[in-house]
Amino acid sequence: MTERAEKETIWRRTVSLYVDGFRNMTVGRKLWALILIKLFIFFAVLKLFFFPNILSTTYDTDEERADAVREALMAPTDENLPN
Amino acid sequence: MNDLIGLVDWSRAQFALTAMYHWLFVPLTIGLSLIVAIMETIYVRTGEERWKGITRFWMTLFGINFACGIATGLILEFEFGTNWSNYSWFVGDIFGAPLAIEGLFAFFMEATFVAVMFFGWNKVSKGFHLASSWLTALGVTLSALWILVANAWMQYPVGMEFDPAQMRNVMTDFFAVALSPVAINKFFHTVFSAWTLAGVFVIGVSSWLLLRKRNISAAKSSMKVGSFVGLAGILFTLWTGHGSAVEVARVQPMKLAAMEGLYRGSVGQSIVGFGILKPESTRTSEDPMLFSIDIPKGLSYLIYMEGDKFVAGIDDLIDGIELTANGDTIHGLSYADRIELGKEARAALADYAAAREAGDEAAMTKAAAAVKENFANFGYGYLPSPEAAVPNVSMTFYAFHIMVMAGGYLLLLFIAVLFFCYRKPGLLENRVMCWIGMLSIAVVWVCSQSGWVLAEVGRQPWVIQDLMPTTAAISGISTGSVQLTFWLFAAVFTGLLIAEVSIMLRYISSASKTDIENPKH
Repeated sequence: MTERAEKETIWRRTVSLYVDGFRNMTVGRKLWALILIKLFIFFAVLKLFFFPNILSTTYDTDEERADAVREALMAPTDENLPN
Repeated sequence: MNDLIGLVDWSRAQFALTAMYHWLFVPLTIGLSLIVAIMETIYVRTGEERWKGITRFWMTLFGINFACGIATGLILEFEFGTNWSNYSWFVGDIFGAPLAIEGLFAFFMEATFVAVMFFGWNKVSKGFHLASSWLTALGVTLSALWILVANAWMQYPVGMEFDPAQMRNVMTDFFAVALSPVAINKFFHTVFSAWTLAGVFVIGVSSWLLLRKRNISAAKSSMKVGSFVGLAGILFTLWTGHGSAVEVARVQPMKLAAMEGLYRGSVGQSIVGFGILKPESTRTSEDPMLFSIDIPKGLSYLIYMEGDKFVAGIDDLIDGIELTANGDTIHGLSYADRIELGKEARAALADYAAAREAGDEAAMTKAAAAVKENFANFGYGYLPSPEAAVPNVSMTFYAFHIMVMAGGYLLLLFIAVLFFCYRKPGLLENRVMCWIGMLSIAVVWVCSQSGWVLAEVGRQPWVIQDLMPTTAAISGISTGSVQLTFWLFAAVFTGLLIAEVSIMLRYISSASKTDIENPKH
């Protein structure tokens, strides 16, 4: 067998491993559905609407972000807090 | 002010909820991957087909748990960016680098070899399949390494330098971060505890099979592997737990004092074997316990391997005092001193900002040097009083003691199950024994979660030990939005958990009605 034919066989076997594997799933189908629902809720709902990265979305440069954190950390508002 | 307290509390509650949910799945994934790899090794070495069936049964349970746990840790990253933006910025690349390595290395390793594990039966050689199972186990274990390195840095920040211009910590020594004694202990303690958890899980599910009188041979064989892994796990967990306690005494002595409910330490300090703290309103430094059974000199031995060593209590640490073996008092840095040093560091940071705005390079250099000089106490500058550096003693104390007692119980369980497996196999089918096996699943999860409660609550008020209190780490967002997302998470996670557990139970139930050792496919 030539080197090229060997490579093609390896690729074909790898692809068939995944294709057959997905096709013959039993419990796996439910799990993939669960994973996709979960990822949708996490990324399309929670991340998009409820969890913006405050510093990345509010400021354009790292310098501005550093200034914002500096201001927050030097502000005395958090003093006198109970533990 | 009350708004800020509410915001911090709700954000902490939200983080605890998501972290604990995430931690329901992670240890089982780590431990079960090892058990599956061992079972498959037995199959390959003995050539007995029944072990292939047993391996596939547990591998499917591993797969269900793996799929259920996927992405649950991502929520924590969302929270860092939204609720804890000051912290996220302040830690700089310390957190980013280990997590990036995790994402690149472990994720691809798992994705490749997990596919071969599940889809590769009869498609690849036995040896290659076995190698994939072991590499999956290695991959999931290494995934835990990097997040634990990051967490260990929060407990013991090393290998970095604070840059006041960037307002963040810059990693100066990767190996100091990755190989700090706290990180190494934490990693092994966590991984071994995961072996323990998976061992109990296998015993528990096998007990159910025995109770139902289904697949008795498979259940007993599984129990042998589960209890061997579990016994090794709990023994190594105890060993690394001791190492962790020694490190806690060295780098977080306040946490150690809270773990023991110890207010005034002594030379030859005893350890509480079992105890109940007095309510906070009636608790005094001299007599904090309502009831306790102590082991004389136990804590001194545990930490220093010597019975006449001094272990500091909460008040000793606040006052900065230490006693020698002959009773002399040595005065060190008190927490009041540290608060002053922290305030000086904060003032120097303000000077740096002013000098930077004025473009005064010389003043900037001077202020940066002043920040650096007192940076080790930077976080103390935020504390209103020395007492504010004390964590919630009750929660830390009970989390520690529940963890230790549950660990002791699990050690006995593994010894008993192994004894029954080899000497009295009939007793494994005893109803009481089966119920003990099943109920132990709850015990091991409580034990595992208690360990994290201890690690995280005991570190309070710090988000980064001595450098940043939780109150300074928080973002300027509204409490209402955190409350909303807390309840949203609680609802979503509960729904997902119910779905996930039901898939697992349904699979166990349906597989139990077939011949696990001789599956049709």
